[in-house]
Amino acid sequence: MRVRVLIRPKEGILDPVGQTVEGALPALGFEGVRNVHVGRLIELDVEDAADVPAMCERLLANPLIEDYEVQELVA
Amino acid sequence: MRFGVVRFPGSCDEVDALLACRRFGEAELLWHKDRDLAGVDAVVVPGGFSYGDYLRAGAIARFSPLMESVIEFAREGGPVLGICNGFQVLCEAGLLPGALLTNRSLRFVCRQVDIVVENPDTPFTRACAQDEVLSVPVKHTTGRYYAPGVPEEQVVLRYAPGHNPNGAQDDIAGVCNAAGNVLGLMPHPEHAVDPLTGSADGGRLFESLAMAPVA
Repeated sequence: MRVRVLIRPKEGILDPVGQTVEGALPALGFEGVRNVHVGRLIELDVEDAADVPAMCERLLANPLIEDYEVQELVA
Repeated sequence: MRFGVVRFPGSCDEVDALLACRRFGEAELLWHKDRDLAGVDAVVVPGGFSYGDYLRAGAIARFSPLMESVIEFAREGGPVLGICNGFQVLCEAGLLPGALLTNRSLRFVCRQVDIVVENPDTPFTRACAQDEVLSVPVKHTTGRYYAPGVPEEQVVLRYAPGHNPNGAQDDIAGVCNAAGNVLGLMPHPEHAVDPLTGSADGGRLFESLAMAPVA
């Protein structure tokens, strides 16, 4: 099964990458952009999608600073 | 005192750490694939880019065979010093509270900073006086320490006012575990052990480790 893991900086933690992207967009003429946050995306084939949250807790994410969301992709 | 200095693929400060340790005792390198700590009295996890720092700094190194032994050594009370990437590894391993985030500036910083000894009552700082100021370099991109609720008594080293290079919470430069036998810091004491390089203050940490424990 194909699984996608979305990893985001936890809300409330300073995200200077998101801030920098947010600051760059108006320079290109894109106005009205707010709350930009930059995270990571991991896709993997697994036999049992139920294992993925444990993978996130132990390795794929750092739960102290990141939130993760597991999506099962339909083939 | 026999120091063991960990070498991961991607470590780059292990030789400086080894030479710093040898000013105050014996020291040898420990290979990441071994499980044997060779009977050393203290372990140094050095700076660099262990396992390429892929995924997150220190995230993969934390699961290396040697680190499993280092974690056990630390849980039994053995002194473990993590410098820069080593600090990141120890946080990922759960031996220290908190995590290291990308510098507020998003830039690699490389400069000399002053750090203040907040707690001289640890195996790593007992050669220092309370509030002693040490001049040591920092060089990192992922050094913004974040640890909500970290107890004040675990803050061992703090950047002097105006010297915080990365946006670290409460100017924290170095933090220990609750038991006090594991210390992590972003600055590099191993690069400041000889007056030729501008400061020998970093030697105080290795000197402290080599001192006989106060009974």
